[in-house]
Amino acid sequence: MFKYQILIPSSILIVWLILAILGPWFPLEPNHIILPNILQPPSLSEWLGYDDLGRPVLDRLMMGARTSFFVAFGVITVSLTVGTLIGTISGWFGGYIDLIIVRIMDVFLAFPGILLAIALSGILGPGIENVVFALSVVGWVGFARITRAQTLSLKHREHVLAARALGASIPRILRYHVMPLLIAPLLIEATFGIAGIVIAEAGLSFLGLGVQPPAASWGSMIRDGTGYMLVAPHIVLAPGLTLLLVVLSVNMLGDKLRDRLDVKSQ
Amino acid sequence: MCLGFFLSLSYFQLTIMPSFIISRLLSTLTVILGVITLIFLLIHLVPGDPVQAMLGETATPTDLEALRQALGLNQPLFTQWWQYMTHLLQGDLGTSLYSQEPIIDIMIERFPATLELAIAGLLVAVLIALPLGSIAALRKDTIYDNSAMVFSLLGVSIPNFWLGPLLILLFSLTLGWFPVSGRENFLSLILPALTLGTALSAILARMIRSTLLEVLNEDYIRTARAKGLRESAIVIHHALRNASLPIITILGLQLGTLLGGAVITEIIFAWPGIGQLTIESIQRRDYPLVQACILLISVSYVLINTLTDVLYAWLDPRVRYSV
Repeated sequence: MFKYQILIPSSILIVWLILAILGPWFPLEPNHIILPNILQPPSLSEWLGYDDLGRPVLDRLMMGARTSFFVAFGVITVSLTVGTLIGTISGWFGGYIDLIIVRIMDVFLAFPGILLAIALSGILGPGIENVVFALSVVGWVGFARITRAQTLSLKHREHVLAARALGASIPRILRYHVMPLLIAPLLIEATFGIAGIVIAEAGLSFLGLGVQPPAASWGSMIRDGTGYMLVAPHIVLAPGLTLLLVVLSVNMLGDKLRDRLDVKSQ
Repeated sequence: MCLGFFLSLSYFQLTIMPSFIISRLLSTLTVILGVITLIFLLIHLVPGDPVQAMLGETATPTDLEALRQALGLNQPLFTQWWQYMTHLLQGDLGTSLYSQEPIIDIMIERFPATLELAIAGLLVAVLIALPLGSIAALRKDTIYDNSAMVFSLLGVSIPNFWLGPLLILLFSLTLGWFPVSGRENFLSLILPALTLGTALSAILARMIRSTLLEVLNEDYIRTARAKGLRESAIVIHHALRNASLPIITILGLQLGTLLGGAVITEIIFAWPGIGQLTIESIQRRDYPLVQACILLISVSYVLINTLTDVLYAWLDPRVRYSV
């Protein structure tokens, strides 16, 4: 049982990764409109049927995998880097720097959920770069908060004091004596972060604030399909189920990772 | 009678509690100030000329200048910020570019719908999570526990913009039990509340399970059992009562989150609240109204969080010591 709880989600995520990276080399036609096939249900030749414009749903689903993957990893990379940097500075130096950074973090945390991202992408206009920017603006705080808290407590540990007594420079202490102990909690935060970003990207696209048509996103596919639910439910079911599977897999692996690394939940 | 009331208050309620409240209020004020400033800066993020973006390509130079004047965009940044703040303090949020109505009137008209939806979502979450989490804790490692945890994992993973359409497909279009959208009667509230509350119910069920599991190991539970109390009495009066504090805190914090999550739910069900207004005004490039919507939701969120903190400290004296 335990084995499958890791094997199945990992396989789903590997398929996601392969589709995202190798997508352009597959013979996909996500924007090829075949008018007679509009709203056609799934069949043996076209597994997931056609959407409201007569485009193959499976091909668009695979292109959507690319969108969500690149947004997720873009946002994680940016917010992990920025958050860790700011959190370490805040925790290590303390004093006024810490006070100011904590206040700034409080302001960013004052926006519930993806509200700030909705406002930002609404004002900046649609487009994948703006989505990455908007979600990174929201995402860095989580990493900064964890890094700050950890650095604060690590600062007074014996091995750090020993390194200081030996005359190690601050960058060296942070790199070799603090960073390695930050990896586990950050890894867990990043894993759950990916689940959140995949939903957020699809959410923004659902609201029409994400990638621009004709580019495919699971969120915009759901939005486009809601008008045809009674006649062609497959247009909504396929991207939603895919989204659910990916997010579920990430969350399951995150749970296992947390158990394995034995980090107390924040 | 008044004296009796004061005598009945403890030392902490009279001395530490006010200073705790004051320190929390002060930090809340600075956060709100920061939030207002950040939202004020949003309009300066509009790529190119915001005034051009709002009026579109067909606008004449006179129109552009008039709007720039009206929004104060031709003044130095700090002057603009100062004006924005003073107007806010006077309750003046500006006028909508689209409908030309005062924004404060639009907010007053729309906010009750969002609040109603958020509270209904919270209620749905509690009604699902309380029995689910309790059964999972009491029947740990059984099929009940496992199913509850599978539900919880599904609940946090399912996007509400997919769950909503699915509920509509099943309960509105196929079974015809509830209206597809709008806000007419009690029935039209059910599906949006379910959509909004499901994710929270999943988080809450997990939380209730782990809190209860901790509490059930306490000595007073053993004492209650030794006294020969019925299991239901032990759970309701001894276990749940002691587990209620962290649960109340999560609920308070999540009510604010629900206000934010309401944006997508309101769009799915055409629910006439602040969330729908936010997206409508983004589409109409009515930026002053976008600013006001974001401001209203986030300030409510901050205030609810502060209230929860104070309530928590009032209910649990241990929190006050650590301040």
